[in-house]
Amino acid sequence: MSASLQTHDLAVGYRSHGKSRTVLRNINVQVSPGELVCLLGVNGIGKSTLMRTLAGMEPALGGSVAINGADITRMSQYDLARSVAVVLTERVAVGSMPAFKLVELGRYPHVGWSGLLSDEDRAIVRDAVIAVGAEHLAHREINELSDGERQRIMIARALAQRPAVLLLDEPAAFLDVSARVEIVATLRRLARERNVAVVLSSHDLDLSLRMADTIWLIDGAGRMHIGAPEDLLADGSISAAFSGPNIAFSAGDRTFKIREHPYGKAFVGGTGEGVSMARTVLEREGFEIAHSPEGALVVVAIDASGWHARGRAGNGSGTRFAELARFVREETGVIAMEAQQ
Amino acid sequence: MSIWPSGFLMAFNHQEQRGSGNYDLDIPAMAASMRTRHTLVLALALFLLLVAFVAAICLGSTAIPLQSVIGALSGQLANGNPDFDIVLSIRLPRAITACLAGAALSVAGLQMQTLMRNPLADPFVLGITSGASLGVALVVLASGSTIGAFLSSGMGLGGGFAIVGAATLGGLLVLVPVLAISVRLQNPSTVLIFGLMTGYAVSAFVTLLVAGARPDQLERWIAWGFGSFSAVTWTELQVLAPVAMLGLVVACVSIKPLNALLLGENYARSMGLNTRAMRLVTMAAASMLAGVVTAFCGPIGFLGVAVPHMARAMLKSSDHRVLVPATILLGALTALLAQLVSLLPTNLGVLPLNAVTALIGAPVVVFVILRSRNGVFAG
Repeated sequence: MSASLQTHDLAVGYRSHGKSRTVLRNINVQVSPGELVCLLGVNGIGKSTLMRTLAGMEPALGGSVAINGADITRMSQYDLARSVAVVLTERVAVGSMPAFKLVELGRYPHVGWSGLLSDEDRAIVRDAVIAVGAEHLAHREINELSDGERQRIMIARALAQRPAVLLLDEPAAFLDVSARVEIVATLRRLARERNVAVVLSSHDLDLSLRMADTIWLIDGAGRMHIGAPEDLLADGSISAAFSGPNIAFSAGDRTFKIREHPYGKAFVGGTGEGVSMARTVLEREGFEIAHSPEGALVVVAIDASGWHARGRAGNGSGTRFAELARFVREETGVIAMEAQQ
Repeated sequence: MSIWPSGFLMAFNHQEQRGSGNYDLDIPAMAASMRTRHTLVLALALFLLLVAFVAAICLGSTAIPLQSVIGALSGQLANGNPDFDIVLSIRLPRAITACLAGAALSVAGLQMQTLMRNPLADPFVLGITSGASLGVALVVLASGSTIGAFLSSGMGLGGGFAIVGAATLGGLLVLVPVLAISVRLQNPSTVLIFGLMTGYAVSAFVTLLVAGARPDQLERWIAWGFGSFSAVTWTELQVLAPVAMLGLVVACVSIKPLNALLLGENYARSMGLNTRAMRLVTMAAASMLAGVVTAFCGPIGFLGVAVPHMARAMLKSSDHRVLVPATILLGALTALLAQLVSLLPTNLGVLPLNAVTALIGAPVVVFVILRSRNGVFAG
């Protein structure tokens, strides 16, 4: 299958006052119809610049971008808008307008100068609203929608452009967790059902690794790593890109860990979901999780009645994790005092 | 009793909520229900405009009965009849001027509000009118004629276009830096203060220019500064009408891109709009509209900022397809009403038009500021 979007030795960056500053270079990526790509990288590495260049909103500093085989610099603005649609981080403030009117704006590149919609245009708008599951929002005022609902409408607007490629720059940046999951799940379904090539930039590592078909990872040196999430986890490039001096990304459970372990080891035993939660409590309080109780300063056992802990200062038990955290903090106080003496 | 907070994972398991399957999504019906309201508002505005227009011709220092007005307009009254003269050479051009000026200033305000994404933008507040005054003052001084001469009838068509051109350029002189600032600083109040200060600076310059004028010239300059629709005769209308109409036509033709700009320049560009060209055309049109009105009627304030908000509030919509025609109708109506109010018999004689429009417009501006926490533009 031919690629919807393909770059050839693309270099992106800023150009101002005649000087140009290249942020990323030698980018060779492609997206197929129906594929969901997540672009990952730390803030400021050039994700937005790359997205804007792919969308034709920023000129490439080198190389080329092709949509369905056609170089975007040779396309008219209208042709480009019929092939590529974008959703941006920025909140739109359109004033008073029902949501479906905003989706209708997506027909912009397809209708004549008068902007009047044909029956076919209206059918496409309706289809776009249904595609993002926003039937219940269509008649509502944009102002009254939550951020997540509004972003959903913005995706419908982008779909109404009937693009081959949908580019989303941090579309979920200011959304709460559940809205974020919903948006990405919707995008994944849209990619499959509508055969659209979807690229979204995100700094939500966990969600991207779960949902994406392909990850484009920009590491600290500005190199692009491409592969399935599992490939990039397995070869360590994700851990390398996101670990810092004080935090480590653990590929196994896909979470960040604080690296300092000043107090020593702790052991958690028992069964159930509570074991991993007790571990995160201990890690947060500055302990390294040991594989055996031997040499552990704090030992916690989890059973159906709650937690039971043994430490230097004494024993404790309880039902809430807040109590466990308090117990552990008392322990760390004792340990710190012993260390001083 | 479980120790594990059961709701903890809910947020993550919360799968996307799709609209309930039985939801009836009838977009044409939704559009039709909006259209009903919009048609009603436009029809009402048109009706009131006609009533106000007739009132503006009948009412004045001498009341003329409707019969005589109809007689004068249909040519039944003889030339030389005092009613005929009053209706045809004073009140009719004055009413037409009020309509054109009101529509022009209001549409210029609407264009600037959308272009700058600033609910308080308008030609007067942002100093465009001051810039236009500067253009007028410069032309009048450079041509060697007296300051007040352009108000007298001896101007001629060429002089008229020269003054309109100078006023438009003067308006652009202020609008270009204000727009540049508004692109760089997204904060509407900063832009507003910048516009106000530019306006003050330009006004101060104009004051210096006219300071040397003779007392009678100064008096006329000040009278011009009060704003008036009365100084425009049929001769001046030959310039004012086509220029204002051209600006209004530009606004009507750019309804589609204005709507795209509601989403901001980035989105507008991504949908295929040439934002740079659009910005240039809109700036030129807004300056021309504000410039031509300022040249002939003086610097008239607050219509530009107030009328688009009145239109939005009545229509409950920011869709330019209805907002532009409603702004034209309501702008003309408001200007006619202001004109009628300024003629109210008081012991001050004819009230300065600027005072009347300020009394109408200032409360609207205050209302917009008070409400802008929740947002006229902001969500």
